[in-house]
Order: sequence, then C-alpha cells, then structure tokens
Amino acid sequence: MPAQPEPPVGCMPMTKVQVLEAVAVSHYFDVSRPFLQRVFTREPRRMLRAVDDVSFAIAPGTTFALVGESGCGKSTIARLAVGLYAATDGDILFENQPLSSARAQPALRRRMNMIFQDPYASLNPRWRVTDIVAEPIRAFKLATGSADIQARVGALLAQVGLTPRDGEKYPHEFSGGQRQRISIARALASEPDFLVCDEPTSALDVSVQAQILNLMRDLQQRLGLTYLFISHNLAVVRHMADRLGVMYLGRIVEQGPAEAIFRAPRHPYTRLLLDAIPDLEQVGRARTPVGGELPSPIAPPPGCAFHPRCPLANARCRVEKPAHTTAGDVQVACHAVEEGRDA
Amino acid sequence: MALLEVLDLTVEFPGRRGILRALDKVSFNIEAGEILGVVGESGAGKSLTGAAIVGLLERPGRIAGGQVRFDGQRIDNLPPEPMRRLRGRRIGMIFQDPLTTLNPLYTIGRQLTETMQTHARLSDAEARTKAIGWLDRVGIPAAAHRIDAYPHEFSGGQRQRVVIALALCADPVLVIADEPTTALDVSIQAQIITLLKDLTRDHGTAVMLVTHDMGVIAETADRVAVMYAGRIAEIGPVAAVIRHPAHPYSDGLMASIPSLEHRVDRLRQIDGAMPRLDAIPNGCRFNPRCPRVFDRCRQEQPELLDAGATRAACWLHAHD
Repeated sequence: MPAQPEPPVGCMPMTKVQVLEAVAVSHYFDVSRPFLQRVFTREPRRMLRAVDDVSFAIAPGTTFALVGESGCGKSTIARLAVGLYAATDGDILFENQPLSSARAQPALRRRMNMIFQDPYASLNPRWRVTDIVAEPIRAFKLATGSADIQARVGALLAQVGLTPRDGEKYPHEFSGGQRQRISIARALASEPDFLVCDEPTSALDVSVQAQILNLMRDLQQRLGLTYLFISHNLAVVRHMADRLGVMYLGRIVEQGPAEAIFRAPRHPYTRLLLDAIPDLEQVGRARTPVGGELPSPIAPPPGCAFHPRCPLANARCRVEKPAHTTAGDVQVACHAVEEGRDA
Repeated sequence: MALLEVLDLTVEFPGRRGILRALDKVSFNIEAGEILGVVGESGAGKSLTGAAIVGLLERPGRIAGGQVRFDGQRIDNLPPEPMRRLRGRRIGMIFQDPLTTLNPLYTIGRQLTETMQTHARLSDAEARTKAIGWLDRVGIPAAAHRIDAYPHEFSGGQRQRVVIALALCADPVLVIADEPTTALDVSIQAQIITLLKDLTRDHGTAVMLVTHDMGVIAETADRVAVMYAGRIAEIGPVAAVIRHPAHPYSDGLMASIPSLEHRVDRLRQIDGAMPRLDAIPNGCRFNPRCPRVFDRCRQEQPELLDAGATRAACWLHAHD
C-alpha cells in the first residue's frame, strides 16, 4: 500500500481525509499525593506526562504502528484514539471531526473499535460467545430479530476461522489464540473501518501469533480496515506496519514509512532497539549492550529525554528538547541527526 | 561424563479422570560450561522439566520414572533436606518474576549474605564484601551504597540482576534459568543476556535456559531442545536447529517467527493448537498438525533419531 505523506504539524490536510489524525496531542496523569498531604508537606502537584506533544495521521486502509518499551505511552495513545481517555492538550480527529463530537454520534462511534492484549481478561466469562459477539450488533441496532442476529454472529465467527457452533460455548472452553479470534469477531461486529489493536498477540505463543497476524492482514485486505497497531515487538511491527512511530518516554522520536525506518534507522534510540533484539539470523552474536534504564516518566531528564543513554549526546541534548526534523520520508527528533553528527 | 544427565524423566499428575502424564521420557545432557536452551510453547513442559530436576515439583505432581544424575550422583530420589542443600549451593535458580524470588521484607544485602553464609563459612564482614562484589559484577551501580536497599527500591531490570547475583553468589556449577528475561524490556533483556553469557564464560557455569523466545536462545545457547506436548521433539546445536530444523514442528516454529531482516506477505502458520494432556493423540504427538504426516506417525511414537546435525523424534528420519 502506498504510504501517505505526513501533513505538516498544525496544518489541516485539505486533500486526503485521514482516518485518524493526532495533532500535538498530550495526555497527563495526575499522580500527586492527596490534597491534605500536599498541603502539610507543601508539595506541588505532580504530573506524569504519559503522552507529550504527539502528532501522526493514519490513511485509510493502512496500518500505523507504535512501538516502544513499557511506560513509553503507547497504550495511552491507544486509549486516546478510541476516546477512552480525553486528551489533556491537542486534538484527535476522526475523519476530520474532533473525536469527542465523533463519539457523540452513534453512526461514527460504530466505526471504531478496539482489540485488547489479554484474551483472558477481555471476554466476559459468564457470557456465551454468541452473546459476546452479538453485543455490538444489539447496541448499535445493526440487526433486529434473533434469527438475523444469529446469522450475523455465525458469519462473523466463520470470518475469523471459528465455526458458528462455537457460539454455544463459553470463553473458558477456548485456547488463547481462539479467544483472540473471538475478540476480533466482536471488534468486527459493529462493522468498523478503524481498529485499535493494543498488543493483540503478546499473550500468545509464536505459532498462534502467526495465525492471528495472518488473520488480521487477511481481514484488512478483505474489509479495507485501518489499524492503529501497538506493540513492543519490533519483528511483529515490521510484519504488520505500513508506517511506524517509535516512542520513548511519551514522545514519538522517529516516524515514517516502516520500510525506511527498518532499512536505515536514524534516531539513536531506534538503533538501540533494533540492535537489542535477539534475532534468529544472528546465532551466537556477541554484542555491546547499551547500559542504563528507562528514566521515570514522572521526572524525565531535561532536554532530550534519551540523552542519559545516548552515545551521541552532547551539551545541547542535555538542555534543549529536539524538534522534529524531516529527513527524506522520515521525521526524527534528534539534535545529532539534525546537525549531521549521526554518521 | 556430563554434568547433568536426565534420562527418561517422566512426570505425572494424578487427576480426577486418571493420571495425566506431563513429561514423557525426556532425556538430555548438559556439559560443564555449556548453555542448553529449552524452548516450546506454553504447556509443552519446559518449566516442569526445570522444576523436576531441582525437586521443586508442585504437588500432586511427581516423578513417575527415569533418573536425574548430577555430577554422577542420582538426585531425583534425594530426601528434601539434602536436596535443599544442593539447590542454592551447587545448583542455582533464576525465575521469571524477580518479585516472587526476593523477600520484600529484607534488604538485598541481607538476602545475599544469608545465602552465602548458609552454604559457606564466612564472617559477616567477608560475606558483605563478597555481596557488594556480586552486585557490582551484575551491574548494579553504586553497589556498596545500594546493598542496604529493599527490593522495591530497585527497577525491574535491576531486581532481575539482584536475583541473578543471588543465584550465583554460592558459586553453583549449574544454573536453571526459567524465562529470566521475559518480564523485561528488550534493552534490559540484552544486558541480562550478556551478563549471563559472561558469567558462564568466566566461571565455567552450565546453564539450562528455559524460554519461549527463540531469539534469546539463538543468541545465548550452545545447544537447544525443542519441546512439544511433554516430549523433546528435536535437540541439537543451536545453529543447526534454527537453520536446518529436522522435525516438522521445529521447522514450523522457526518459520512462524516474524523476522527483523525481511518482510514476508504471510507468515507460515501451524494450524491448530498443542493437544491437552488428556487428549494426546496416538503415535507421534504432532501428527494431527503435521504437514508431512504418513501412516506410521499415527500408529507408533517416534523416539529421538539421528537426523544429520541434530536428533529429532520424527519417522521421517527412520532408516530401518
């Protein structure tokens, strides 16, 4: 699929309607201590910047993937994208409409859905699979009459590789991979065009993961779905993504066409990530691991948040937050790349 | 003679509807200084193998057959007390979740010195110096200062390093590491893998590395055992198993892993799922999912057979 060029930050796209667009979105969590304790200890409020000034756009029928380590804010973006959280700052647009007003219209709300990580926790254990999958159909009144609903549920289950007879069973009768298929059937029940997938395969074994990833790509081609795909696994992301955003401590440090980033990663963090992953094709590789750990997002380092672990950091990186610079198709937030020190 | 010899190890769980056999005649060796990787999907029996070797099977599971020999001596029938002394002193263990291994109420210094003093005669001062040395070696910054901190004061990656220090501080000759990096982020995982490799190289420690992550095995292990439904499907040098798998299951497993190097349109998938213990098929356990199944596979269970560089439990390699 052709990658869509990124619209410049802050300017509305006039030509092509993006399915989802985030414009300078931030989301803060208040992690202060209770009011009275703060008064006694004279502590200020403390904010955790889970998502900090993030912009991206997803073109119809494509997959935009967000990748990063735990605590980088990728799941917060997943929740922002379907309206489970409201952005503290900035705008999220669903087909050029602010998400809050899009969510207010059932006709638009029906068109976005989410697949969660844990297929054990996200299905109600007391409901039969039929009822689980039929819930969105009933909620959006997409079919009336139980025969009609049954027929739709049967078709949805068949679409994800289960049989209509599986609808009689309860979730505990299925394996992890089959449960994830049920989650996908439920997500598809409202006939959405946009799916947010938050680590959909990280709870599954690799051979089952391959089944689910193949199913998701088949469905995308058949139904023209648009995915926001969240994962910590770069190999999975490489398999799924058209465009890619690499997150570190709440910011997207590099984004662009997935192929370009995998072929020639620019940001030192992207390079570190790609280098850190053990790969089948590098048997017995000796490596020099990068030291250091993820800093706390409550007190991120000043300047570029990555500078304490960065091999290219200099005085400017320690004080000045890097802006996004465009290098070819790829946007990178790094002083070293901007100054050409990264060669 | 190998450091650890596991011969026909069989573990059973009595259940309401009869006995479930969770491990069925598992055999392998680990030489001194060698890293043996054990991979498989959840429920294949890889963690159970580790637990059975060190006598930590949870009841009502029990060893129903076979032998475990450590340094020439049988250890599968040891009484609890000698087994406990062996564990920790000569066999170290690292588990997936560092929070369940560390006692939250004691400082890590106390846990380290206590472990060392249980297994060797050391004065408090000596033990403390050695503990600081170990923390330093596993990469805890400012070890002399941090030794009096509690487990919750460390980050996840640091805690796992403390667990590794705890497993290694009594100078064991064999370490059983069960998913030591699964709970960690990739950059921390890379640090832990390097650390494990350095320590085995410097001390000649043997490691049994249990993980579901084939990438970690590729980078760390010398040999690898692929487990399926309680049996070893294939065992051999890591490069051979990854590049030229001889068992159709290992072959499917390798092909289903997405690669970082190149992108394919479709991943090869193994249809179906691993059988449950109460529904093990006749013949080869993999036969209902196997793309190369033939008559013999449905009737007879294959043992490990020579298959070029590796050994595989598959009738494709029978030459009789």
